[in-house]
Amino acid sequence: MSRKASSKLINLDQLFKVVIWLIPLSITAIFIWILSDIVIGGIGQISWAFLTTNPLDAGRDGGIAPILVSTFLILAVCLVASVPISIGTAILLAEFTPNQNWFGRLVRRSLDVLAGVPSIVFGLFGNAFFAQTLGLGFSILSGGLTLACMVLPILIRSTEAGLRAVPQEYRLNSAALGISKTSTLWHLLLPAATPGLLVGLVLGLGRAIAETAALIFTSGYVDRMPTSLLDSGRSLSIHIFDLSMNVSGGDSNAYGSALILILILLIINAIAAWLGSKYNYLYD
Amino acid sequence: MTKSITNNSQSSIQDLQPLIQIQQLSLSYKNKPAFQDVTFSIPQNSITAIVGPSGCGKSSFLTCLNRLSDLIPNCQVSGHIQLGTVNLLSPKINTTALRRRIGMIFQKPNPFPMSIKKNIVFPLKEHGFANAQEREQIVEEVLTDVGLWSEVKNRLEDSAMSLSGGQKQRLCLARALALKPEILLMDEPCSALDPISSGIVEDLIVRLRHKYHYTIIIVTHNLAQAKRIADYAGLFWVEEGCGRLIEFGTATQFFNAPEHELTKAYIQGTKG
Repeated sequence: MSRKASSKLINLDQLFKVVIWLIPLSITAIFIWILSDIVIGGIGQISWAFLTTNPLDAGRDGGIAPILVSTFLILAVCLVASVPISIGTAILLAEFTPNQNWFGRLVRRSLDVLAGVPSIVFGLFGNAFFAQTLGLGFSILSGGLTLACMVLPILIRSTEAGLRAVPQEYRLNSAALGISKTSTLWHLLLPAATPGLLVGLVLGLGRAIAETAALIFTSGYVDRMPTSLLDSGRSLSIHIFDLSMNVSGGDSNAYGSALILILILLIINAIAAWLGSKYNYLYD
Repeated sequence: MTKSITNNSQSSIQDLQPLIQIQQLSLSYKNKPAFQDVTFSIPQNSITAIVGPSGCGKSSFLTCLNRLSDLIPNCQVSGHIQLGTVNLLSPKINTTALRRRIGMIFQKPNPFPMSIKKNIVFPLKEHGFANAQEREQIVEEVLTDVGLWSEVKNRLEDSAMSLSGGQKQRLCLARALALKPEILLMDEPCSALDPISSGIVEDLIVRLRHKYHYTIIIVTHNLAQAKRIADYAGLFWVEEGCGRLIEFGTATQFFNAPEHELTKAYIQGTKG
């Protein structure tokens, strides 16, 4: 190869390297830009009073206490409803239906379709079914249950993947010791699938806590402190949406709320990572 | 029922009663036969070695004896296995109780992802050992039996995954022994271990067999090992795409004066 041609190749290599570096850098840069914008705009708002007082003047002033409470209640309802159903369905899919089984395939296909449904459709469904048909009205219960439907596919599929990742040898060893299928599931397979469930939980909660469209029609808009699960309650993301779109002069409190939302997400992530490592230590 | 012969040391091996009678046993996966038409008897309190090349159905054969074959998808077993007065292949058999009487050790040591102690305690609890003190005692007893007690007594709460390969296999053995089985099935228990660990496990098998009068059926690739420990030996071989039992007899006869040409060739290393 001539010297000229080989130096041309080297230049091409260099160019390629630069491009490969630029793409992730630009993505990271966008993320950092958004994050720093929120931190810069929101850090001034954050104080103990902001977290513990009621919003005043349509949210322009005051804090976000009732909104935080509503958000946590909605998430709690969502988790209480979705986690048991998800674990049950994942067990059915991973342990009791072979890959080729038509019923298992039907359930899996339905879940994939469900995962792709836009959240506004979930909102309308939640409004029609939970709020009207079941008579729960605009309430934290309706909102939480609607979110539960939304995160089910994520939770089920990741728990199923966790169960499927457990080596078949454990099942054989367990059976060879005369251990029942129920005990094997409870003491061996579910603990082993816990990291998978936690990953699903973080993804699901992340989707749930960021949700606005599904909640506007179900948990409603009211920014009062909720007194029961049947009260309407405004979630953080709806609060942010409302402040930035409908309330002029609400920007600074919108920034503050967004920062709190991101902090909550980070805390959820950290807790899941910690739990995951705690359950995982036995596998080293 | 199988504890009737206890003074085995005085009786010669040939006097032993057949414990497991296998008649025309066949197993197939999705209509593809793994082995066919296997008939022989396994005497009580003996070590029976099953040897043969890979893919001849040895391991599949072993899974019939504790009905683990039930768990393998598309696996069909036909024939007759008589243990005492019961037919093991009867659908009415309580497999949980059966597998407690017939322990199994696998090729790859596979302790559960729990603490060393819990690996033994968990199956015990499952089989109704409600007394914690009794369970502790059994843990110490079986770990001592497999020579692991002195190595792990100070770290019983550590993960079993932190043990070495040989230690893991001995833990699996201890876990099986804790349930006081009468028969032990071993599927190449030493083949995944280094030579030293393999030697330790092999010595254990012989010692425990004399101590507790187990009946042991061991599948192995290692002819020298089979020769060292077995009382009886059988050769599986693939003929026309399907495993068959070629020869079965006392170890002395099997290794010194085999009747079948294939056995001769396999033992001399010219085939297999």
